[in-house]
Amino acid sequence: MTDHILRMNGITKTFPGVKALQDVTLSVRRGEIHAICGENGAGKSTLMKVLSGVYPHGSYDGEIHFDGARCAFGGIRDSEHAGVVIIHQELALCPQLSIAENIFLGNERARRGLIDWNRTNHEAARLMERVGLRENPTTAVSDIGVGKQQLVEIAKALSKEVRLLILDEPTAALNDDDSAHLLDLLRGLRDEGITCVIISHKLNEVTAIADSVTIIRDGRTVETLDMATDDVTEDRIISGMVGRALDNRFPPHEPAIGEEVLRIEDWTVHSPSQPGRKVVDRASLTLRRGEIVGLAGLMGAGRTELAMSVFGRTYGVRVSGRIFKDGRPIEIRTVQDAIGHGLAYATEDRKRYGLNLIDDIKRNVSAAGLPRLARRGWVDEREEYRVAEGFRASMNIKAPGVSSVVGKLSGGNQQKVVLSKWILTEPDVLILDEPTRGIDVGAKYEIYTIINRLAGEGRAVLVISSELPELLGLCDRIYTLCEGRVTGEVARRDATQERLMHLMTKGQE
Amino acid sequence: MSSITPAGVEAGAKGGRPEEPRLPGRVSLGGLSLNLRAGGIYIAFALIVALFSVLTDGALLQPQNISNIIVQNSYVLILAIGMILIIIAGHIDLSVGSVVAVTGALAAVLMVDMGVPWPLALLLTVVAGGLIGAWQGYWVAYFGIPAFIVTLAGMLLFRALTLTVLGNQGIGPFPDQVRTLANGFTDGYLGNVGLGPLGGADLFSLLVGLVAVAGMVAAQWRGRAARRGYGQVVEPVALFALKMAAGAALILFLVVQLARFKNLPWVLVLLAVLVLAYSLMAGRTVFGRQIYAIGGNLQAAVMSGVKVKKVVFWIFVNMGVLSAIAGIIFAGRLNQAGPTAGNSFELDAIAAAFIGGAAVQGGVGKVAGAITGGLIMAVINNGMSLIGSPSERVMLVKGAVLLAAVAFDVWTKRRAGARG
Repeated sequence: MTDHILRMNGITKTFPGVKALQDVTLSVRRGEIHAICGENGAGKSTLMKVLSGVYPHGSYDGEIHFDGARCAFGGIRDSEHAGVVIIHQELALCPQLSIAENIFLGNERARRGLIDWNRTNHEAARLMERVGLRENPTTAVSDIGVGKQQLVEIAKALSKEVRLLILDEPTAALNDDDSAHLLDLLRGLRDEGITCVIISHKLNEVTAIADSVTIIRDGRTVETLDMATDDVTEDRIISGMVGRALDNRFPPHEPAIGEEVLRIEDWTVHSPSQPGRKVVDRASLTLRRGEIVGLAGLMGAGRTELAMSVFGRTYGVRVSGRIFKDGRPIEIRTVQDAIGHGLAYATEDRKRYGLNLIDDIKRNVSAAGLPRLARRGWVDEREEYRVAEGFRASMNIKAPGVSSVVGKLSGGNQQKVVLSKWILTEPDVLILDEPTRGIDVGAKYEIYTIINRLAGEGRAVLVISSELPELLGLCDRIYTLCEGRVTGEVARRDATQERLMHLMTKGQE
Repeated sequence: MSSITPAGVEAGAKGGRPEEPRLPGRVSLGGLSLNLRAGGIYIAFALIVALFSVLTDGALLQPQNISNIIVQNSYVLILAIGMILIIIAGHIDLSVGSVVAVTGALAAVLMVDMGVPWPLALLLTVVAGGLIGAWQGYWVAYFGIPAFIVTLAGMLLFRALTLTVLGNQGIGPFPDQVRTLANGFTDGYLGNVGLGPLGGADLFSLLVGLVAVAGMVAAQWRGRAARRGYGQVVEPVALFALKMAAGAALILFLVVQLARFKNLPWVLVLLAVLVLAYSLMAGRTVFGRQIYAIGGNLQAAVMSGVKVKKVVFWIFVNMGVLSAIAGIIFAGRLNQAGPTAGNSFELDAIAAAFIGGAAVQGGVGKVAGAITGGLIMAVINNGMSLIGSPSERVMLVKGAVLLAAVAFDVWTKRRAGARG
């Protein structure tokens, strides 16, 4: 009988209106590296949050057995006490504190309430040696690179006597050298008897390091593969990740594609937080009138960063490249320039970047196109009202009136307000970033219909989406992005989920 | 992953419907919806006035006392107009008291020491106020230093400048015209009329009051008709009539009392013009809308193409201009510019804005609310001094009122958030 350190049985986790996990099973053998794979939104991170007590016992259904005992973690402290430590994608370090202070944060080496600095730094140095981090323990975390910060997190986990280490996308932000070092470290920890669960989009890493793989799709376990006995290839994993039936969720779309309207060439963007890292690397794409173009990529591929850097340089530093509108080179330095050149960008994060939630529908609709509704600086409120009412009717925004506060609307209706705001600016090119995120199925269909209509009016639409079926159902052409590079361009008739997933994970075809 | 994708996106994407915040502080009374946060301030003001008129045996509402309240508090009210715009945008200005002092000193030096004709001197002072605002606006908007720090520095800098200019003494007296603007009243252009038991009153003042009432009712009625015209829900006629009657009664009462005393204070005329102009600016112009957009969600405003830096710069310039006007009026009323002028005015102006319904996070607030907040403090000050309360008790009450007002704001928000 196999010795399992962890068994999760029948885990079901429901958020209001959505089942994020449904009857998920996960069994991890003692001392192995176990990978979890799945598309964005498949439920991987949710599952790990259930395991680590971020979602406390009682907020989900199902059983967790760790090391033979049934667990009911009420919070992270409980799970860490048992020896389960999770390292999130977003590192949880205090940048101004030293490496040693971060390692023992919340777990300070103290004597009678006073920190014992000698012991702190000495023990930190030993842990740092174990993870191969060659730095002074008193160096501030902000002064070391992301790769080394990741090692600090692992040292921190080791300081808590970890027995099951969970890493969520540990290499997403790392360069190749740092990634390789991290994978070596994980192998070393396995040899010391520490079990690792690793969530990763990088399938080459998974096949290289994992002993077994569990594939999750749409909140359910698809299968668990043993790397030693099963014949596991990247293709095998991909087909497990995407294998779902396409049903009739998309309105029919007859493309009428015209002239090129926007062309982006050699677009390169550097990360503002890690100056050396290219988030977008010499990307080139072309959009034509009446065309719906998809931009596919896994999390961290640089999709949003590409869009925002084009839209008035709202993301990134050292942005370079050329933009042509209707064949003529243009300069876009600010959002005003972008709007002036007929660009619109509807954000993936409506609440943060898209809407003024405390204000009403009409003022949100007019937020970007207000100068069009004003004469000499005075807003024509009658016209504003008329326009907003027009959108409420044509977009089917479900609200008592255009004076309703936007924060009270459902996600789908909020998205329609965002789209109305941008349509008011009469754009030639709309970039829609995750236009159906957090929206229920019925509203999705409406959004697709609106997108088709916008293309039908001769506008170019660039759709960024994590859901491949959505891109396949909607787009005339799809670009794939992997680690900031455009790795493929696939016409609608040639596009399959498998093909796109290959391009998104492997790089060049 | 980069900073643009917030943590827990997977959960968010699967999380289905986002929370639906309710409007805070909205109560429903038999289908009649009343926004407590917006409307409560006026009710609170009425209650405080009623309380103190009882406590002072009616002395609070005597003609001369009303005139005093207006004249003595006009500069804080003028500052509150500028402050509410800054607070709506999510910033703060701690320097206005010192700017009042330095602009008052400048006006005195120009008029008294240098003999510059008063209209030119006033113009130069206002321009200087604008330049001071531009200085602070530059650091806040373009250099990116928090307004709290920039204006804290400004508070020290401009007080130091005042002391440098004035030495340790006041400069005065001011020309008569400036004193009249600060302290004087309109002439009895049309003579007096008898009001029966109330005695004689200035006909011109009364006519101005009637015109103001007619204007207010007509404007509100037209607005209501227009909203109805494009199918918006409007309040029932009865409620509308009640509100108009209350407004008209307030204006007429004020004007009658003032007409029985020395007619309309010039600062009241100035204040009325400023309140009207700034209310229109805040609500009806692109610029005003953008102030609310910035305070409501800065990042969304940026992504909607609002020139955030420019807007923030200009609201600080505007604050400087209004501070200069307040500085002239304050100096003119005392008939000299002194080194301690404007001490703690910034706190009164900030308190007025928050009592008047501005939200701590920005994005919410009205010019009329800030004025009402300022008047609440003015009435508390005046009423308590009439009943002989010591100044420490006045401070205590003002502090408690400020805390209560903001606590109410935070509480209604938390209640709304807890439902999400």
